[in-house]
Amino acid sequence: MDWLLPLLLIVLKSVAVIVVVLIIVAYLLWADRKIWAAVQLRRGPNVVGPWGLLQSFADLLKFVVKEPVIPAGANKGIFLLAPFITAMLALAAWAVIPAADGWAVADLNVGVLYILAISSLSVYGIIMGGWASNSKYPFLSALRSAAQMVSYEVSIGFVIVTVLLCAGSMNLSEIVKAQDSAYGMLGWYWLPLFPMFIIFFISALAETNRPPFDLVEAESELVAGFMVEYSSTPYLLFMLGEYVAIVGMCAMMTVLFFGGWLSPIPYAPFTAVPGVVWFVLKICFFFFWFALVKAFVPRYRYDQLMRLGWKVFLPLSLVMVVVVAGVLQFVRA
Amino acid sequence: MSAAQVFFYLFSTVMIGSAFMVIAARNPVHSVLFLILAFVNAAGLFLILGAEFLAMLLVIVYVGAVAVLFLFVVMMLDVDFAELKQGFLQYLPVGSLIGAIVLIELVLVLSSWSASSASVGAAGAPTPSDVSNTLAIGRVLYTKYVYFFQAAGLVLLTAMIGAIVLTLRHKPDVKRQVIADQNERDKSDVKLQKVPSRAGV
Repeated sequence: MDWLLPLLLIVLKSVAVIVVVLIIVAYLLWADRKIWAAVQLRRGPNVVGPWGLLQSFADLLKFVVKEPVIPAGANKGIFLLAPFITAMLALAAWAVIPAADGWAVADLNVGVLYILAISSLSVYGIIMGGWASNSKYPFLSALRSAAQMVSYEVSIGFVIVTVLLCAGSMNLSEIVKAQDSAYGMLGWYWLPLFPMFIIFFISALAETNRPPFDLVEAESELVAGFMVEYSSTPYLLFMLGEYVAIVGMCAMMTVLFFGGWLSPIPYAPFTAVPGVVWFVLKICFFFFWFALVKAFVPRYRYDQLMRLGWKVFLPLSLVMVVVVAGVLQFVRA
Repeated sequence: MSAAQVFFYLFSTVMIGSAFMVIAARNPVHSVLFLILAFVNAAGLFLILGAEFLAMLLVIVYVGAVAVLFLFVVMMLDVDFAELKQGFLQYLPVGSLIGAIVLIELVLVLSSWSASSASVGAAGAPTPSDVSNTLAIGRVLYTKYVYFFQAAGLVLLTAMIGAIVLTLRHKPDVKRQVIADQNERDKSDVKLQKVPSRAGV
C-alpha cells in the first residue's frame, strides 16, 4: 500500500489546480463581460461588489439554487451526463499544463498529444447534450458542432506538429525550455512560426466555439444551441466547461508560442519575478484578445467556416510543416 | 496489490462490461457511447503497459474522430427499436453458429502459434530504455518499416479520394461563393446605381 501516499498527493495537487483555475476563470468571465461592454460603450456588470467583481460568484449561487428542469422527452441519463463530461474534460486538460518549472500535476512525455486527445473529446459533451434534449434546435446545434470541431482539430494538429519539430519534444515543459534563449521574447516560437501562431489562435476560437465561430450556439438561428433545454446546475457546468476550455486554449498558446513561464526579458529585474506570474499574465493577454474578437468580429456563415478550415488552414499548415521540417534539416545538417 | 494491478482490473472490467453493453443496449446511441467507453478503457490499458503514445493515438483517432462519425450517423438514422428487437431471436441460431465457427478457428490458430526465439527478447523490452516511447516508434517506423508505412498511407489516401469521388456531386444550378472572384473585382467593375423609389432597377 505504499502507493497510497503518492495517490493522495496527486489528488491534493489536482484539487489545488482545479480551485485556482476555477477562481481565475470566475474573474476572466467577469473580465470577458467587462471588455465586451467597454467595446460597446456600456458599463457591464457593476452592481455586485466593487466594480461588479463578485458578479461571477453571484451567478454561481443563482445557478446552483435554481431548480434543474429536465424535459419529459429527454434521455435523462445522457442529458445529465453531457454537461458533466464537458466540465470534466475541460478541467482534465489542466493536469499537464506547467504553470512554472515543474509545476504540472502530471509531467507527461506525450503532454501535447494528451491535450489534443482531451480537446478532441470535448465535442461529445455538445453532441450528447444536443441529442439527449430531444428537441430541434439542440439537435441542429449538435450536428453543426460535430463537423466544426472535427475540422479545426486537423489544422490545430498540424500547427502543433510544427512546434514539436522545432522543440524536438512532446513534453510541455520541454517545449517551454526549448524556447529559452538570450533573446527573451524574440526567441519564443511566435516569431519564427508567426503564420502558425495566427492559425492556432483562429482555430482555437473555432475549437472552443467562441465568436466569430459560435455557430453552435448562434442565438439568431438556434436560440442557444445545445444549451436550449438546460437550466440551473447542468447549464452552469456547460458554461464552466466552455470557459475553462477557453482558458486552457490560452494556456496552450502560452506554452507553445509564448514561452510558458519564461520572462519576456531574460535579465536582472525581470527574472526575479516568479514564473507563474508571467504564465498567468500571458494567459490574461491571450484571453483579452479572445474577448476583443468576440466584441468586434461578426459571426461567420457556416460554409465560410468550413472553407476557412479545410481550404485555407489545412493546406497552409500542411505546407508549413514541410517548410519547417526542411529548414530544420538544412540548419542542423 | 500494486497500483498498476488495481487499475488493470478496473480498466479491464469496465472495458469488458461496456463491450458487452455495446451489443446488449436497446438504444443504438447508448451502444455507441458504450463503444467509446470501451475505447477509452483500452487506452487506459495501453497506458499501464507504458505505451503512452499508442494510448493517446487511440483516443485521438478512434474516440475523437471515428466514434464521433459513428455517433453522428447513428443519431441521424431513424431506427425502429421494436423492429430491431423482433429479429433478435430469429437470427440467434445463425449468429451463434457463425460465432462458434470463428471461436473454433481462433482456438485452432492460436493453439498452433509458436513464437520465434528471436521475438522473445524483443517482447520483453519493447522500448529502448534510453529514449521515449514516441521516439522509439518513430525510429522503427521511418527507417525499418518506411515502405510499409508509406504504402499504408497511400492505401488510406486512395480510400479517401474514392469516398470523395463517390459522393461529390456538382449541382449546376446552385450559386456558389468564389472568394477569389470577389477579391479580384476592381472598383471600376462595380456600377453604382441610384434606385428610384417604387421603380426597381
